Amino acid sequence: MPPATEPAPAGEAVRLVALSRAFGSGKLRVAALDAVSAVAASGAVTGLIGPDGAGKTTLMRLICGLLRPDHGRIEVFGADIAGPRATAAMQARLGYMPQRFGLYEDLTVQENLDLYADLRGLPPDERPGRYGELLHMTGLAGFTARMAGRLSGGMKQKLGLACTLVRAPDLLLLDEPTVGVDPVSRRELWEIIDHLTGTAGMSVLFSTAYLDEAARCDAVLLLHQGRLLGAGPPEEMTAPLAGRVFATPVPAPARRHAQARLAAMDGVIDAVIQGDGVRLVLARAPTAPSLDGHALTAVAPRFEDGFVARLRGDDPPPARHLPADPPAPREDGAPVIVVEHLTRRFGSFVAVRDVSFSVRRGEIFGLLGANGAGKSTCFRMLCGLLPASEGRLEVAGFDLRRAAAPARGQIGYMAQKFSLYGDLSVRQNLRFFAAAYGLRGTSLRDRIDWAVGEFDLAPMLGGNARDLPLGFKQRLALACALMHQPRILFLDEPTSGVDPLARREFWRRISLLAESGVTVLVTTHFMEEAEYCDRLVIMAQGAVLAAGSPDAIKKNAGGGDGATMEDAFIAVIEAAATARAA
Amino acid sequence: MSARRRLWGLLRKESLQIWRDPSALAIALLLPTVLLLIFGYGVSLDARNVRLAIVVQEPGPLATQFVAGFARSPYFQPVLFAAIQDAEAAMDRGDAQAIVWLQSDFARAANAGGAPVGLLVNGVDANDARIIEGYVQQVWAGFVAAHGGGVISVQPRVRFNPSVSSRDYLVPGLIAVIMTLTGALLTALVIAREWERGTMEALMVTPVAMREILLAKLLPYFVLGMGGMAGSVAIAVWLFGVVLHGSFWVLTAASALFMLAALGMGLLISSVARNQFVAGQIAIITTFLPAFILSGFVFDIASMPRAVQIITHVVAARYFVSILQSVFLAGDVWSVIAPNAAALALMAVIFLVLARAIARKRLD
Repeated sequence: MPPATEPAPAGEAVRLVALSRAFGSGKLRVAALDAVSAVAASGAVTGLIGPDGAGKTTLMRLICGLLRPDHGRIEVFGADIAGPRATAAMQARLGYMPQRFGLYEDLTVQENLDLYADLRGLPPDERPGRYGELLHMTGLAGFTARMAGRLSGGMKQKLGLACTLVRAPDLLLLDEPTVGVDPVSRRELWEIIDHLTGTAGMSVLFSTAYLDEAARCDAVLLLHQGRLLGAGPPEEMTAPLAGRVFATPVPAPARRHAQARLAAMDGVIDAVIQGDGVRLVLARAPTAPSLDGHALTAVAPRFEDGFVARLRGDDPPPARHLPADPPAPREDGAPVIVVEHLTRRFGSFVAVRDVSFSVRRGEIFGLLGANGAGKSTCFRMLCGLLPASEGRLEVAGFDLRRAAAPARGQIGYMAQKFSLYGDLSVRQNLRFFAAAYGLRGTSLRDRIDWAVGEFDLAPMLGGNARDLPLGFKQRLALACALMHQPRILFLDEPTSGVDPLARREFWRRISLLAESGVTVLVTTHFMEEAEYCDRLVIMAQGAVLAAGSPDAIKKNAGGGDGATMEDAFIAVIEAAATARAA
Repeated sequence: MSARRRLWGLLRKESLQIWRDPSALAIALLLPTVLLLIFGYGVSLDARNVRLAIVVQEPGPLATQFVAGFARSPYFQPVLFAAIQDAEAAMDRGDAQAIVWLQSDFARAANAGGAPVGLLVNGVDANDARIIEGYVQQVWAGFVAAHGGGVISVQPRVRFNPSVSSRDYLVPGLIAVIMTLTGALLTALVIAREWERGTMEALMVTPVAMREILLAKLLPYFVLGMGGMAGSVAIAVWLFGVVLHGSFWVLTAASALFMLAALGMGLLISSVARNQFVAGQIAIITTFLPAFILSGFVFDIASMPRAVQIITHVVAARYFVSILQSVFLAGDVWSVIAPNAAALALMAVIFLVLARAIARKRLD
């Protein structure tokens, strides 16, 4: 890696001063960024961390000159970027990779590189050497003649990065480069970034909705609803939690129930399933070595603990009604969902390849995989929205090839991005979905009342769905899917982009539903969410690579104590790659 | 130096995309061909094979001679009736579009120099009705001329379109209308596509200048649009048999000016439309419909209300229709071509300068 064209001045790469930016007009004007002041050090990785709608992308676009601030100013390497000339001078030193990587999908890898080399003015005699380095670094050397559109998500991400780096910038902006990308590619991307900052002294701004990536940054800017919630090294955000974070082992069948109980207890800020037990964040150091009969082992706080603690404002949530009843014993009857040798082709492309699994009543069953792994295609076939090319599909005793319509009546479906009617109010959405599933008169009114109470929708009832915060949309979408009291619930990426509190709330509801006998099938690309499933399959490139309970998958993947689902996922994918190479 | 390399890089990228993504080729070549075939065969203002009921109440040599005049005409399919009631019933059924009624005193009155001939025309389609009326009067005039021994002599002479075929003036007009749509769609859609796919955002933060991005869109699609134009002219000449009276070079130069105006309109549209659906809708509403209605290709501008006539001046197709009709039907009539070409050039400059002025390397 040659040194950057001009060594960055010591100190700061980016300075934000009281930066504000709003979108929309009149009553609908929403602040995307509200008086944000912060500094990103040069030669370091600064993480922009926050859920969807936090203002990460707006901030990135402001810094690279694509948007102008309403108030405040931005300095890059000490120079104010306002004005066309200053913006152009800044852009000459900048590399920016937007969310979808900015690639031309109908050009080959080489043609994309050539284009960006032309645009960034890389002299022809420097190209062979630079291309060689970039292709080696990204592992794309063998694919230069392939169309960018036919690369996997992880490879697209790396090609996008290579195009951004074709002439080494001083400041690199990466907007959510890892969202929906498989963990192996994520890990490789981080190795590249460490290399860039370490040897080339590049300054990197990295936005992500994955809280576990915060720990890899030198410093983080924690954004939530357009406000800066915290700034500094990630350890600083977790320091106040020292001595208040614990793990307690709980055997698998009772784990989810124990988590729900613990989360509802007084003095508990956060309780999530992690590994083979429950992870707890307490409001203050405990006085006894156990809680609710669970032995407590102190563990190091992590970034997500700090974020949740900050969101809750260090006040534990008010103690709720404890779910006291033990989970109903499972009937081990016939499975509710049966999938055998399911295959789906689109032309010569095989989106789903010979997938088999079955789900019992009251189970939460997960499909875990990166974008493009075939999860959503599987889902559409199970909902009867897409015919299978081969294989057998049975839902609630109906063969989907013959009786898709009656099967659909048994299913509640929550589609990706929630598919609500943005121009209808919350109440109108509820009424529409209830009516679409055949509810009339009193039963319709009863269900709407139930949904409003159960999902705390009362304050937003008259507002349009479009204007709801993301967490609210998610709740409304779940309510709409439950209007006809389905026995089976299909959830397609239900928690993508929502903040950690909304995610916890969501899983609490899903656990309760499962306990009441509803069968839940869920797709996700969040590794830690797999821990909430009773059983799951790991999918990659349309095929199932591993199946079983979370504990069994982790054990089979060779993980020791404390191994995470992400470790297991990486091991499974690498084992499959080795098997294919052999 | 680096500016030229940037432009070259963008042009090469655009050419590769045109080659690999069939949608641009489809808009430039397939769309005009299909539209021209559909409209060229479908839109005709000539009334041919008019089903004509002729009521002859008192047959005789004179009446037979008169009817034969209709039978010889390519425009009529005469059917004879003895009573007016039967003919009216036929019209009610839709079997006859017009009725010619020769009353019982036809022969006597004709010899006296003033025969009453009744003509009933189905007026539902007013345009057809007027045309049929004209045809019947022509046949009548011919009959009178032959019969009256040269007393009345009607000799219609039509300049510029001797066969008075409406297709010969409709097809050149159609080309203008279709190329308006094609030109605007080409640039508007390909830029909207860059927005949709997120590549515009990546382009904008490179050192590339906005004029380079616009130029790289204009040049390849100009070549492509002129290809579509050439194809349309070829169809007009060889398939529809429209004779090109003017010179090929005048046609090419005028087309180039027009194509710049149409592509410039597309660039303007792309500055407000950031997805392909909206871009397509705007292109159809702001280019195709006005060109169809206000260009004078079917509807005569001179007979429009004054206010509408003024509006037609901002429709680029209007000038191109005039040039095309004159180049095809009359030849290089400079008194028509020069002012219209100047208007096209002015519009092209206005659109391109506006597109450049509005375009910003920003999202807001």
